[in-house]
Amino acid sequence: MAQTTAETSPQAQSPAPAARQPFRLRDGGRVDRSRLVSFRFDERELTGHPGDTLASALLANGVHLVGRSFKYHRPRGIVSAGAEEPNALVQVGRDPRTEPNIRATQLELFDGLSVSSQNRWPNLEFDVGGVNNLLSRFLPAGFYYKTFMWPAAAWETYEKAIRQAAGLGVSPSKRDPDAYDKTFAHCDLLVVGAGPTGLSAALTAARAGARVILAEQDFLLGGDLLSDRSAAIDGRPALEWLAEAEAELRSLDNVRILTRTICFAAFDHNFFGLHERVSDHLPFAERGDGRPRHRLWKLRTRQAIFATGAIERPLVFRDNDRPGIMLASAARSYLNRWGVMAGSNAVVFTGNESGYATALDLHQAGVRVAAVVDLRAEAEGPLSEEAKAAGLRILAGHAVIGTEGDKRVKKVRVGRLGSDGASIWGGGEEIACDLLVNSAGWSPTVHLHCQAKGSLVWDEAHACFLPDKAMQKGQATVGAAAGAFGLASCLAGGEAAGRAAAEALGLAPRAPARRLEAEDRDFLPMRQLYCVPSDKPLGQGGKHFIDQQNDVTAADLLLALREGYRSIEHVKRYTTTGMGTDQGKLGNVNAIGVVAEHLKLPLPEVGVTTFRAPYTPVSFGAFAGRDVDALLDPVRTTPMHSWHERNGALFEDVGQWRRAWYYPKEGEDLRRAVSREVKATRDSLGILDATTLGKIEIVGPDAAELLNRVYTNAWSKLEVGRCRYGLMLKEDGMVMDDGVTSRLDETRFLMTTTTGNAASVLAHLEEWLQTEWPELKVYLTSVTEQFATMTLSGPNARRLLGELCDLDLSNEAFPHMSWQPGRVAGVPARIFRISFTGELSYEINVPAGQGLYVWQTLFRHGEKYGITPYGTEAMHVLRAEKGFIIVGQETDGSVTPLDLSMDWIVSKKKDFIGRRSLSRTDIQKPDRAQLVGLLTQDPALVLPEGGALVETMREETPVPMLGHVTSSYWSPNCGRSIALALVKGGRGRLGKTVICALDGGKTAPCTVVEPLFFDKEGERLRG
Amino acid sequence: MLLIDCPHCGPRAELEFSYGHEAHIERPKDPDALSDSDWAAYLFLRENPKGVILERWVHSHGCRRWFNVARDTVSYEILAVYPMGAEPPKLEQARYV
Ligand SMILES: [Zn+2]
Repeated sequence: MAQTTAETSPQAQSPAPAARQPFRLRDGGRVDRSRLVSFRFDERELTGHPGDTLASALLANGVHLVGRSFKYHRPRGIVSAGAEEPNALVQVGRDPRTEPNIRATQLELFDGLSVSSQNRWPNLEFDVGGVNNLLSRFLPAGFYYKTFMWPAAAWETYEKAIRQAAGLGVSPSKRDPDAYDKTFAHCDLLVVGAGPTGLSAALTAARAGARVILAEQDFLLGGDLLSDRSAAIDGRPALEWLAEAEAELRSLDNVRILTRTICFAAFDHNFFGLHERVSDHLPFAERGDGRPRHRLWKLRTRQAIFATGAIERPLVFRDNDRPGIMLASAARSYLNRWGVMAGSNAVVFTGNESGYATALDLHQAGVRVAAVVDLRAEAEGPLSEEAKAAGLRILAGHAVIGTEGDKRVKKVRVGRLGSDGASIWGGGEEIACDLLVNSAGWSPTVHLHCQAKGSLVWDEAHACFLPDKAMQKGQATVGAAAGAFGLASCLAGGEAAGRAAAEALGLAPRAPARRLEAEDRDFLPMRQLYCVPSDKPLGQGGKHFIDQQNDVTAADLLLALREGYRSIEHVKRYTTTGMGTDQGKLGNVNAIGVVAEHLKLPLPEVGVTTFRAPYTPVSFGAFAGRDVDALLDPVRTTPMHSWHERNGALFEDVGQWRRAWYYPKEGEDLRRAVSREVKATRDSLGILDATTLGKIEIVGPDAAELLNRVYTNAWSKLEVGRCRYGLMLKEDGMVMDDGVTSRLDETRFLMTTTTGNAASVLAHLEEWLQTEWPELKVYLTSVTEQFATMTLSGPNARRLLGELCDLDLSNEAFPHMSWQPGRVAGVPARIFRISFTGELSYEINVPAGQGLYVWQTLFRHGEKYGITPYGTEAMHVLRAEKGFIIVGQETDGSVTPLDLSMDWIVSKKKDFIGRRSLSRTDIQKPDRAQLVGLLTQDPALVLPEGGALVETMREETPVPMLGHVTSSYWSPNCGRSIALALVKGGRGRLGKTVICALDGGKTAPCTVVEPLFFDKEGERLRG
Repeated sequence: MLLIDCPHCGPRAELEFSYGHEAHIERPKDPDALSDSDWAAYLFLRENPKGVILERWVHSHGCRRWFNVARDTVSYEILAVYPMGAEPPKLEQARYV
């Protein structure tokens, strides 16, 4: 794809941005400080380094305010460093390559990246919608449901206003110029996640010879190792082990590593959806060259290992949503992986040991740690001891009970926590800070396990859900995703899972010489509080946010419970908690905990909401791939298609077929062109391309018997050379298809079907033959595309055909409903004398490759008769004048032959599919909808197809429906409009009036008539 | 997407197949002998078990052959594939509460 200058020029014109990144450490982390990357955030030109995400680069520049919240428009900052980010969603790029709701925490920085903040107007610093925050007590949970439900008709108006006020980001206004790909893949083992667990699993299985795909959502392998400055494996820095593991995996031919690839869905039988962001990280000038933007992998594997890690859970405390408040692990990642200080004066708020890891790293990097506020009565644990030794101020048995600061947290208030965890003693102490990190514990990423219908079990000690039993074979969840939080457990668990997978594959994995040495530190002991109390009742003086993306507070959950909601699924939908693009990765367990506490139920009894794919949003482009425009669906054309195009036909789609609709001449609209085609056919000669009709050859000694069983009428006595119309029912008695079938010889028939049903009729016949009547000796072959079919119709049809064919075409030699082989224009042909127009008609089948030649020859010779090509629209008018039905237009799966007054074709002497259903009591009711003709009292008025029919008009509603118009046309041969309709008890209403409802409250009275408008004696087709 | 082991073509993705609903529902030999409600039961009433279901599939985009499958409707595990007209295999019914 070519790079447009519009995307680069603002970059090129602006002055070189300052290299200053005041919060970047001098060294450390996985960024390349030797190179600067320029990017734009709203109006600001900033820089970062290769290896940065947008979030790490913003923080390096001291930018914390990145968006406004969905409902209250509160200032929001970066909360996480990964896929779980609820707040830092940005709009990337310019129209039409613009994309909303991209997580800044996963967006790789590149030169020329341009992003804007979302959900603010006119700008991020001053946002008018912020008034919602002041009005928030009038915007409780379910507010939209309650307020805007009445009157129903006004919803459309409300909705527009709401969407404008809310909304996250904007869609592109034009079509997406990028290309996307889809691909299928198969492997022995899929490993999701390339942290220590996944790497260890992949290495073990790959060494045993398994074909492994390792999928990692990040652009680097390593997972949490990248964020841990002290981790060691076998006495060396863990990053050295990581480099060796990656090098070994990359050296193996049986391993494919997919980075920037999220396994977003687990389907049945170890089928997975993976979304690879192929070129989103490249500067625009380097994209293209046939490379797609994204690629969707549809992967089938024999074994799967989910090494998806865990996500830190935030604490829910009053005003926990200000910019500068983030997860403890995120601050640690920014510090260690990206060399970025998320602040200069930090308060750590924790209920477990994880907070201390961050506190110690911040302290060591020179960030002032003003206090560690610990929910636990005593700060106990290895890291707590280290923190004490480092002289950090630890406030055990305390809680953050409030925060202040508008666009950045400025201070926190800390109070003593009652031993019940539900009360606060005193008004608290104020502590100034510009960074507040917090940790409630960790939630294993069990999404794939649960999507695959695996069950969960509640781990009370860690206050988290763990995978229990996998529903599908060959699936294992290991490492932190399975609750093994220590590094040594992750390495060992990965190794064991990799070995088990290899063994299940029939491979012989080598036993490791010895176990890898590493620390096995958990985050226990912990004190779990789902909602941290404050010095005021919940909901007063501030907000305890559970779901920051959807602005759902703990008070909202309690309101839902007060209003009677009990099921967590209902509470979720009523409050919208967990229903944002982040799907509640941070908030869901807290929400369940709050609900459980309020209902005084054990948490597992409240249960979890369903884990649904996708894990993170997937672009529509990836799902579409290359299947757009002409490649969206195959287009079938007839051998005469080029002629129709050259002769000005307009086309309509019938299934995948493109059929000539009508052939307008200069200045003609649809009605005039069709009237001309219809008149010409009845007056002299028309020609129709009927190639698309389905054709099935039915061959074998039992061919006639099969027809007897699938058609309503009898076939055994049909002579060779004769044709017969047949009606096919489903076993429920409803009309399924119709068409003419001809006996080619004793054991060979040619069945025609409607264009749209060709495939389903073949499948229907095959099903009955294979499953119910395997004793019948019959072969079925679709021959639709082997023949070109053209219909000559009109009083001059015989004359023209006689000029080009040596057969005796007289009524005696070649009567109606018969066929003969012959030559037409020298080409071998089957000629069928059958008619769908009511005129003298010949349907000529020739080998497809010679169709165009024969058509053109007929046309040349037919000029003296004014031969007129007619399309599907004229065909419809011609057959409607004769009252011939079209399956799918007069029928809709609820219409029997009796409803169509086609009793004449229903045999009483033999069984056939659907026969027994026709004698069911319901089918016999006299008030069933029956096919009739309608004549409008105003002959110029053409009724709308689908128009509703009623008996009388009246003020009170609803007015009982009598039926609907199925076909309606202007009939030039009748000089008036005609219509077919299905009307309740229609045959009993002949001569009576029904009323058709028209647009704008108008009505059209119509007389019910027999469904036959032209040549009622049927003399013309035998002429 | 299921992986279905077509007896003629081998394991293929579900999108190549069409579903044929419950298996072993024979068309009554003498439909006229059935009451309306018995006929309606043949037409419309199908089992919907939580556990093993015997069902028909056809390899529409492959060999176009019909066959029977025993599938667990909870785990979606395919427990057996067997030909049209054959007796279903003896299978243990998984217990689901
Ligand atoms: Zn097959």
